[in-house]
Amino acid sequence: MYAYTDFDRHFVRARAAQYRDQLQRHLAGELGGDEFKPLRLQNGWYVQRHAPMLRVAVPYGELNSRQLRQLAHIAREHDVQDAGLATERGGFGHFTTRQNLQFNWIPLDESADVMDLLAEVDMHGIQTSGNCIRNITSDALAGIAPDEDVDPRPFCEILRQWSTLHPEFAFLPRKFKLAVTGAREDRAATDWHDIGLKLHRNAAGEIGFRVAVGGGMGRTPVIATLFRSFVPWQQILVYIEAVVRVYNLYGRRDNAYKARIKILVKAEGQKFVDAVNSEFETLLADGVTALIPQAELDRVSASFTDPLIAPDDAAKPEVEALPAYIRWLQRNVQAHRLPGLRAVTLSLKRAGLPPGDVTADQMEAAAALAERYSQGELRVTHDQNLLLPWVSASDLRALWLDAREDGFATPNIGLLTDMIACPGGDLCALANARSIPIAAAITERFDDLDELHDIGDIDLHISGCINSCGHHHSGHIGVLGVDKDGREWYQVSVAGADGSTLSGGAVAGKVVGPSFAADEVPDVIEAVIATYLRERQAGERFIDTSRRLGTLPFRHAADAVRRSTATVN
Amino acid sequence: MQFIDSQQALPEGALLLDNQVDVLAGADEIRRHTVVVLQFPKWTDGRAYSQAVLLRARLRYSGEIRATGEVLADMLPLLRRCGFDAVQMRADQQLETAQRALGYFDNHYQTVPPERRPALSNTHSLHHSAKAAP
Repeated sequence: MYAYTDFDRHFVRARAAQYRDQLQRHLAGELGGDEFKPLRLQNGWYVQRHAPMLRVAVPYGELNSRQLRQLAHIAREHDVQDAGLATERGGFGHFTTRQNLQFNWIPLDESADVMDLLAEVDMHGIQTSGNCIRNITSDALAGIAPDEDVDPRPFCEILRQWSTLHPEFAFLPRKFKLAVTGAREDRAATDWHDIGLKLHRNAAGEIGFRVAVGGGMGRTPVIATLFRSFVPWQQILVYIEAVVRVYNLYGRRDNAYKARIKILVKAEGQKFVDAVNSEFETLLADGVTALIPQAELDRVSASFTDPLIAPDDAAKPEVEALPAYIRWLQRNVQAHRLPGLRAVTLSLKRAGLPPGDVTADQMEAAAALAERYSQGELRVTHDQNLLLPWVSASDLRALWLDAREDGFATPNIGLLTDMIACPGGDLCALANARSIPIAAAITERFDDLDELHDIGDIDLHISGCINSCGHHHSGHIGVLGVDKDGREWYQVSVAGADGSTLSGGAVAGKVVGPSFAADEVPDVIEAVIATYLRERQAGERFIDTSRRLGTLPFRHAADAVRRSTATVN
Repeated sequence: MQFIDSQQALPEGALLLDNQVDVLAGADEIRRHTVVVLQFPKWTDGRAYSQAVLLRARLRYSGEIRATGEVLADMLPLLRRCGFDAVQMRADQQLETAQRALGYFDNHYQTVPPERRPALSNTHSLHHSAKAAP
């Protein structure tokens, strides 16, 4: 992973010092709450239901054991409160779909100390919130995927650096999210981003980016529009500068729901594309343009070399291949670009804990596993799991045993219980409804591994409100919490897609009728799944069947299990 | 950076531009003025940063660019880098805080157009031209 230079270290420490100054002025009453808010947001500090929430940046999902141990220390020492229910005492983190980590219980007056602790391990919360260019996300298999054309990591790092405290783009109309991938399979949902970048080679073998602009979820789900099929890599910062400048000048600021770039792209259409392309051409002709020099790409790329692992091809023959181990190999182990190596997912989807949550002890356990089996490196996946990128095939069995011990070996990656869920109304002040109890009820309902494996590949995504942090729009089954008369209700949709090969082109799911009561949701999911199992043709996955059939049969099945909402609707 | 008293009237010959104005369209008029005043109706409305960048980099405007409106001390580092060289902060803001805000970062990850030098910069510096050698 990227190795911080003295410059990088100096920079995050300066940022922590700047934040401490702002916090002190706020606590002393010199800086009012309204004015402090955008400043703390751009360092990752929200104020949520219970306490400030800190979103720690994990740039393009890359994390090392030392960092994870420091995060465990922060969870233990700062993310704590003495009162409340057992689930309200803190001491845990939550990995998000944007590959970041959130804490929920850190008191604001300790926030500057926590920034210092993060800076000690080359971490920060810069631009994890606020109306600015957010933390860059990427493929969790970046640099190790067998289907990768171009390694996106050096470009992600260059983009991270370029966007960090960019003075012109610190106060955009709304948040701005970039995702980058370099593989044939899109594992980063790029078409759902404000800018989705896909690295590829042209006919001459030169490297460049396919640039799509204006994707986004929220109240108005929009798939990004292709702006350019090939921008040479040297020019990519110039192209992004052009997009963001035009957006900064002309994006709507009168209505937060219409301020994302997707609205501008939809409203202006070709006029906006032309304005961006004209700004891009002007910048290129200007002679003072920020092309990426080869030397800079080389410098950054030097951090992303393959570890020296002697491939142990003489993998030990399996003495007894236990069914549970085989299942784990099938679901949690993925192929690797390098011979003799594998990528292994540590499942953070298990009974008793919300999707993506890790306690301080579990952070330390995962750090130890990474150290023992994966060169001390981990990745946070878009699906809210952890992934070990450098595992020797000959270590798989030992890793499985250890991971089982630590509770990370549920063989459910890509299955129904490997769901995405936001923290929801239990923790988030924006949410209309809770996500965690819904996720828990579904996990409990589908606890039979044989049944889960029979249902097969499926994306279940749960959001507690229309802000769509749980990506319900892109779920094969999506669940959205809505608020009516102060009570929690849930909309269910089918056939949404994130844009991966399995899912087909990115598209928002279609709602299957009026909202359901919370206690109906597990029955509805079961009825929807039963419809698939009954109707599927040979080889069809849930997404295929739901596309072929449309929403109607799922709607009928869901209506049949309504109880309290049967009369209302 | 020139700090101007918040009560002071605009100087003779200053051009006050709304933050929705396309500064490129008004190039000729802008060049006739020695001071261009850009506005922050709310401090979180960042349009004037891009206006200043275009004035400096595209129009090569070399007169004074002044920030007015809801200008807070914490905006100073951004304003300076985008090409502003004068500010009229909101009346309650403290000069000392603004000067301290300017001191936290001595280098940056990127250059904005007003910081870029023409010609040779394409081939070797950028995008870390302000950055110390690693």
